[in-house]
Amino acid sequence: MGQNHLTDAIQRGPVTLVVNGEARTLDLDLRTTLLDALRETLGLTGTKKGCDHGQCGACTVLVNGVRINACLSLAVMHDGDAVTTIEGIGRPGALHPLQVAFLDRDAFQCGYCTPGQICSAVGLLAEAAAGAPSQATADLTAPIALTDPEIRERMSGNLCRCSAYPQILDAIRDVAGAGA
Amino acid sequence: MRPFTYERAADPAAAAKAAAQNPDARFLAGGTNLLDLMKLGIERPGHLIDVARLPLAAIEDTADGGLRLGAMTTNSTVAGDPRVRARYPVLAHALLAGASPQLRNKATTGGNLVQRTRCLYFYDPSKPCNKRDPGAGCSALGGLNRGSAILGQSEHCVAANPSDMAVALQVLDASVETVGADGATRSIAIDDLHRLPGDTPHIETSLKPGELITAVVLPPPPEGPQAYRKARDRASYAGGLASVALAGGRVALGAVSLKPWRARKAEAALAAGATPAEAAEAELAPARSQGGNDFKINLTRRLMAAVIQTGKA
Repeated sequence: MGQNHLTDAIQRGPVTLVVNGEARTLDLDLRTTLLDALRETLGLTGTKKGCDHGQCGACTVLVNGVRINACLSLAVMHDGDAVTTIEGIGRPGALHPLQVAFLDRDAFQCGYCTPGQICSAVGLLAEAAAGAPSQATADLTAPIALTDPEIRERMSGNLCRCSAYPQILDAIRDVAGAGA
Repeated sequence: MRPFTYERAADPAAAAKAAAQNPDARFLAGGTNLLDLMKLGIERPGHLIDVARLPLAAIEDTADGGLRLGAMTTNSTVAGDPRVRARYPVLAHALLAGASPQLRNKATTGGNLVQRTRCLYFYDPSKPCNKRDPGAGCSALGGLNRGSAILGQSEHCVAANPSDMAVALQVLDASVETVGADGATRSIAIDDLHRLPGDTPHIETSLKPGELITAVVLPPPPEGPQAYRKARDRASYAGGLASVALAGGRVALGAVSLKPWRARKAEAALAAGATPAEAAEAELAPARSQGGNDFKINLTRRLMAAVIQTGKA
């Protein structure tokens, strides 16, 4: 993009995303969300579309290491950004510890929300390690401890229609505890 | 979604100038509210001016001991800043009470201030709404109005402002810095930014066409306790039914008016020696409801008294 004048503005454009470590340049209708670019253009269907309005968290991905809702972002806003999807979190035979924990704890039923849950949990662990507070943090100046109320609050942006919440909590606690 | 053209702004003044020249343009920052509304056809801009990468993402100490929050700081960054947590806990708590972690990682300080109401009828293009279509009528009057305003509403609009952050900014006496289409900057007191609906509910702020919010400035915090409490239908990730911010002797209310509501009558009553319950009563004496939100008056009164009492403990 990089155009600064209305006269130069266009409705399509090349967008470069660094997806799971690989730079991909796409020719997109500017209306394309980051979610649709990942799923429809790049074929990375691990990231799910639930509500498409930022209410369910199924589309959670990491952009430059930070978890966001891919449905409420345009791909063009992320030109040059590094995007990590569930496909980049782990691979068969080389699963991320959270993926192992979700399997061990049976932290799903239908599995539709799971990629978003796991990407969100990856973001949660990074945020907690950086000392970011949450609504469950009573003392904003004390170090962060990932207690169960903290994990629940920090996962509140991810809904599970099958209500596997207790097992999701168990899985994240396993990994958070191991890293503490 | 209606097709649009897109540009990435080079600097704040250029963004303001570009926006002023094109009434069909909208600023795009985090996009968490605007893109949602565009998907629903409620916002239909023909042009987007992406301001997200403008150099407005710093949190800086000011000479008088306050803080300047760049407009493109995210809600997460502000809530996590050690200076905000230590000196402005009401702001950190308010931010953390809003939305979800994913949304807070994207939503910006400037965008939060100009987010639109979550009134069910504003969100439903099949129903009349004076905000979307001035003169069409207000469907919330006589409709589903559980979330509607109880203070400062009009016969034309009973929508409520959904921001938690702005309620905290009210008790911190924050000001909003902007740049206009002519490149001139100005400072707007937070209480002068949002407008009551009156007979022009489609005009929501005192910003001029093209005017871009560049920062929020916090003066040094007032002496005394700070608190933020929000009542809602579930424990997290839900809009407020009512919220209360407290800082020193200042009180503000959220989700009860189209403005983040500074409770000056309650403050005056407290300064004159009133009890928390008496102060809440003084503020809410003029409150009016529309049926579905009758409960909000009592809820707000009790929440307010409880938060003020907490501050005294």
